[in-house]
Amino acid sequence: MSDLRRVWERQRHLIDYSAASMARRKGRNLGLLTVYGGMVFLLASVLFYSSALKHEANLLLAGAPEIVVQRMVAGRYAPVSGEHLLALQGIRGLRDVEGRLWGYQYDPVVRANYTLMVPPEGGVRKGTAILGPALARARGAGHGDVISFRGHDGVLASFRIAEVLPMETALASADLLLIDETDFRTLFGIPSGEYTDLALRIPNPREVQTVAEKVLERLPDSRAILREEMQRTYDAIFDWRSALVLLPLSGALLAFAILAWEKASGLSADERREIGILKAVGWETRDVLRMKLWEGGLLSLLAFLFGTVAAYWHVFGLSAPLLAPVMQGWSVLYPDFRLTPAIEGSQLLALFFLTVFPYLVATLVPVWRAAVTDPDEVMR
Amino acid sequence: MTLKIQLTGIRKAFNEGQPNRFWAVNGVDLHLPEGQVTVLAGPSGSGKTTLLTLIGCLARPTEGRVLLNDRAISSLPEPFLAPLRRQTFGFVFQRFNLIRGLPVLDNVMVPAYPLGVPRRALRKRALHLLETLGLGPRADARVESLSGGEAQRTALARALINDPRILIADEPTANLDSELSRTLLEILARLRTEGRSLILSSHDPLVREAGMVDRVIELRDGRVVSDRVRSAVST
Repeated sequence: MSDLRRVWERQRHLIDYSAASMARRKGRNLGLLTVYGGMVFLLASVLFYSSALKHEANLLLAGAPEIVVQRMVAGRYAPVSGEHLLALQGIRGLRDVEGRLWGYQYDPVVRANYTLMVPPEGGVRKGTAILGPALARARGAGHGDVISFRGHDGVLASFRIAEVLPMETALASADLLLIDETDFRTLFGIPSGEYTDLALRIPNPREVQTVAEKVLERLPDSRAILREEMQRTYDAIFDWRSALVLLPLSGALLAFAILAWEKASGLSADERREIGILKAVGWETRDVLRMKLWEGGLLSLLAFLFGTVAAYWHVFGLSAPLLAPVMQGWSVLYPDFRLTPAIEGSQLLALFFLTVFPYLVATLVPVWRAAVTDPDEVMR
Repeated sequence: MTLKIQLTGIRKAFNEGQPNRFWAVNGVDLHLPEGQVTVLAGPSGSGKTTLLTLIGCLARPTEGRVLLNDRAISSLPEPFLAPLRRQTFGFVFQRFNLIRGLPVLDNVMVPAYPLGVPRRALRKRALHLLETLGLGPRADARVESLSGGEAQRTALARALINDPRILIADEPTANLDSELSRTLLEILARLRTEGRSLILSSHDPLVREAGMVDRVIELRDGRVVSDRVRSAVST
């Protein structure tokens, strides 16, 4: 028989033995699998969800202007005048600058804030509105219905709904209401020639920083917010929210660590005796370790697989009902949308090393300790 | 190749470094030639089991040496002991030490797993052994359901699966009635005729006086108090 065949047969025997050994301790292993799989599920859910949200946010920001300029008066945000807009024209590297109009409107009916905006490309007729999907759902409003708001002067302004935005845009447009520029200015009392802020388009990404510096030179009472900064802010927010979820989870992680330590610090009398028997009948220390590695590996891989698949289904199939309220942000109008699966290999690798590796070490250490002891002593 | 075992100045202490330290084996010198049936006799606590575990490489002496063909096996590193335990010695424990939850057949095959013998061949060999020992119909039974005699024979089959030259059995009849004891002794006598060395411990007169026995060594308080070689041996 060739050496290779012998090695294979030996591994096969060890795998068979490991499987039989797991089956013999069915209750304990199922319990361990549940706790372990549950831990992987929670960790993977947080990782997947925060990653997918960041991905979505970055996708949305990809279409955002490179720089947004806001005017500050006494440290507070103030409307931008037409002079500000004109002052920026002619900056080298700047392709386009446009004034944007947007603001918030509180709706006492559903106790939520809506974001009202004038689309830069126009397209909304006077007296009509286009609604975000969550807003439409909250108000129970659809195409042809009328929605009314009290303006800055107390006069009621009504809009006929021309369109409800599709669900796919929910993350960005959940609470959005698009109206005509004249309607907007009338509702909020913003004079013609004034804007909420300015959107700057810069084709060359390497010139963004220089343009931002020039903007501040020309408009010292303004601040320039770079798209990159917004991306970083989004990332930081979702990371922070992940941490917020992981913090209470750390209790469960600690419990898992204690469980692993329990396994590390001592085997049951039965397990020790079995190792002693195996050694006494001629198993080498490495055979015992290999057998336990198969056993621990099988259990941890199963837990990893179950946990990861369940987390994938929870996040991308069910839109993470367990995490959404905390990680998506606090809002009366939650966007109803499905996340695009966005998982990085490094995340899976990190999850694997955080869960499988410690468990295997914790399992093998006591086994190794028992296996290097004289069989007679272990069996006593 | 012949296999001779030699024990020189063997001492084994338990609870070492503690006030209750005691010497289970306290200065034993023995020479065990191949092909003999040796019985270690003596009352409980006389050191029989400890001496067997020292010979079978399941424990190391505190002092002294165990030699196999003039090679000091008691001081060998752990990786060198496993092949000896697996193929040179076959050990039958007093309490059988079968692996609970596994069927009889698997228990018998376990010592051969590290050898990488194909499963089918191994299964065939194990079944043959079980048939020989009258346990063929119980091959798939879980060991928890076995009677004392069946468990004893299962442990014997396990000890023989790798065809060892030396069989060590600790109190082989302790859990058996007289009839089963006689049956077991017949099996052991058969093994002797195959040229194996048998080292048994027992305080059962049935074993000591069995016709196959070549030598009876009496132990007391960890020391050899008598070493009687039987002149006429019947198998």
